Amino acid sequence: MKSNVCKLLSTAAIAATISAGAAASTLEDVKAKGFVQCGVSTGVPGFSNADDKGNWTGLDVDACRAVASAIFGDAQKAKFTPLSAKERLTALQSGEIDVLTRNTTWTYTRDASLGLDFTAVNFYDGQGFMVRKDLGVKSAMDLDGATVCTEQGTTTELNMADFFRKNKLSYVPVVVQKADEALAAYDSGRCDVYTTDKSGLAAHRTKLADPSAHVILPETISKEPLAPVVRHGDNQWKDIVTWALFVQVNAEEMGITSKNVAKIKAETNDPSIKRLLGVEGDMGSQLGLPADWAYNIIAKVGNYGEVFDRNIGPSTPLDIPRGLNALWTEAGGIMYAPPVR
Amino acid sequence: MSDNTTPSNNSFLNDAGNRALIFQILLLAMVVFAGYYLFSNLQANLDNRGISTGFSFFNEPAGFPILIHLIEYTEANTYGRAFVVALINTFVISLLGIILATIIGVIMGLARLSKNWLVARLATVYIETLRNIPLLLQMFFWYFAVLAALPAPRDSYEFADFLLNKRGIYSPNPLIQDGFGLVIFGFILSIVASIGVIIWAKKRQTRTGLWFPAYWTSLGVIVGITFIFLAMAGFPIEFDLPQKSRFNVTGGMVLPPEFVAVLVALSTYTGAFIAEIVRAGILSVNWGQTEAARSLGLRDSMTQRLIVLPQALRVIIPPLTSQYLNLAKNSSLGAAIAYPELVAVVMGTTLNQTGQAIETIGLCMLVYGSLSLSISVFMNWYNNKMSLIER
Repeated sequence: MKSNVCKLLSTAAIAATISAGAAASTLEDVKAKGFVQCGVSTGVPGFSNADDKGNWTGLDVDACRAVASAIFGDAQKAKFTPLSAKERLTALQSGEIDVLTRNTTWTYTRDASLGLDFTAVNFYDGQGFMVRKDLGVKSAMDLDGATVCTEQGTTTELNMADFFRKNKLSYVPVVVQKADEALAAYDSGRCDVYTTDKSGLAAHRTKLADPSAHVILPETISKEPLAPVVRHGDNQWKDIVTWALFVQVNAEEMGITSKNVAKIKAETNDPSIKRLLGVEGDMGSQLGLPADWAYNIIAKVGNYGEVFDRNIGPSTPLDIPRGLNALWTEAGGIMYAPPVR
Repeated sequence: MSDNTTPSNNSFLNDAGNRALIFQILLLAMVVFAGYYLFSNLQANLDNRGISTGFSFFNEPAGFPILIHLIEYTEANTYGRAFVVALINTFVISLLGIILATIIGVIMGLARLSKNWLVARLATVYIETLRNIPLLLQMFFWYFAVLAALPAPRDSYEFADFLLNKRGIYSPNPLIQDGFGLVIFGFILSIVASIGVIIWAKKRQTRTGLWFPAYWTSLGVIVGITFIFLAMAGFPIEFDLPQKSRFNVTGGMVLPPEFVAVLVALSTYTGAFIAEIVRAGILSVNWGQTEAARSLGLRDSMTQRLIVLPQALRVIIPPLTSQYLNLAKNSSLGAAIAYPELVAVVMGTTLNQTGQAIETIGLCMLVYGSLSLSISVFMNWYNNKMSLIER
């Protein structure tokens, strides 16, 4: 019920405001109010999750903090709005949030017809299946006749349908409104299979009664590039969110971390690093940002590798391998950012 | 002062009727203007933000599956058909919920008035418990608690050819064979015959005053005649039995736990409210009516059926209508436990896949509005029919 009410309210907000988005630029709005308002999930460990004190952490949360650092030089000047999968796009359209950093898949329809723009991919994901180990299932092709639980309002519903249709497998869909209840239905034995993005599977598995009794199948049935989303038409704001990520990827490639960035800034002779860190030239002003914007991102949030390892890497309970998300210079990685110059 | 009136008192504006008319027109103009302003604003904003509008998506393939569909539906069907499937699911759960809630409510309302201490207390506990727990919580309870208690498909409970497990209640599926037309003919014949019995019994009672158990007799007539024709046709029905397979049960008919949980939650919750309405209605009938009926020699059951309930209905029907409306609207909570009703399919999946928020939400509001209005219209008609006819 709550989500429906929220949606009605935000729909009414679209109807009642006179082109709020078009009147002032998002950057000016954000500077005026003193913080960035980011849409995040209602709780996906490793991506966006609030602890018992209300502090948000995660890969997507850090994407938001990077934007806050670039503008204000302070990673804490970010506020978070938890949104369900159904609410998230409407919340952005209606101007309730400035940027949506909530594991949202970049698709054609969303980009083309909803008045939204996707920035840069901060996590390459793909949909997978999780089953109980004792079923003895080794491949998704063995799932003929299975009952499948999933959350409503995501691309997973359609991917699941396409996968089973393409492979002529029969199945029973159980589509639950919220991820937590979908997971509870799977855990209670209503379903044989739980499906969502593999990152989500890894995150949700940690919430199950006995995580080791469940196994994620090897197949990846879809491309799910997850990217922060902004409203269409504010190009400056889109560039800021895009380059906040590119700076982090470039920093990892150049070996700059939050630990050594101050030292490198003082000592480096490399002109590309000098440009990046604002020692030479004024890259920031081109985006309406301070000269040390990139320095602040790296110092306050860290490079992409640090963010990944801290939130979802092998040292965390999620234990997600870098895989596609490794730098392009590594084997199997495709994380690549244009140069800062 | 004399009663002579000044010219200004006769002016157009001093006439109460004219003034009322002007205020009505002004109010109407304001409402129309506000509506127009909001709508044009919406249009302009949607255009500014490049959000496409319209219902053309209804003809595009939906691509998503629906767990419960009473008409043929596959992923290749359109959003329009998915909408119809969801609409039927909402209607079915509302209708069955209303029927069940009424039965539960009448029984529990009477039970709470019972002279039997235990029965009355049990009814009180039922009513006070279910009335005071939020409906969504009850749905989760019926869904998750019942799921947890049932066995996995491989260890299903079996009764005859019925299976019960976490995936639902499985029953044999009757498949109609050649010669079933004869049985349908027999069934229609039996209904005609039973109507005849009822008419005859009524006429005899008016003529002689003798009472005849017409309804039980006609039930016997329907079952008996239909069975005879069934035997004559050589039992033209075969059963597709449910079989345990690797993951699930295949074959047979299934009642999914989502459906059962929503139906049980809706009908027991609303039933508790209806029970109180029924109790209030019965208590509103003067005790003298019962005494008068008894002194005429009517049995207790007939006193209730012929004297008390018809008078109680006049008090019961108006609040009962509100409960029916509540039930129909509350069925939207089924989305939370995967029952594919209107909110789940249209405002959930369709909205997410097409992004057409205004259209889908507007459509849902229209459907719930019309559903509620039709229930209202029907109940008002019934209320007029039952109300005291004053001569």
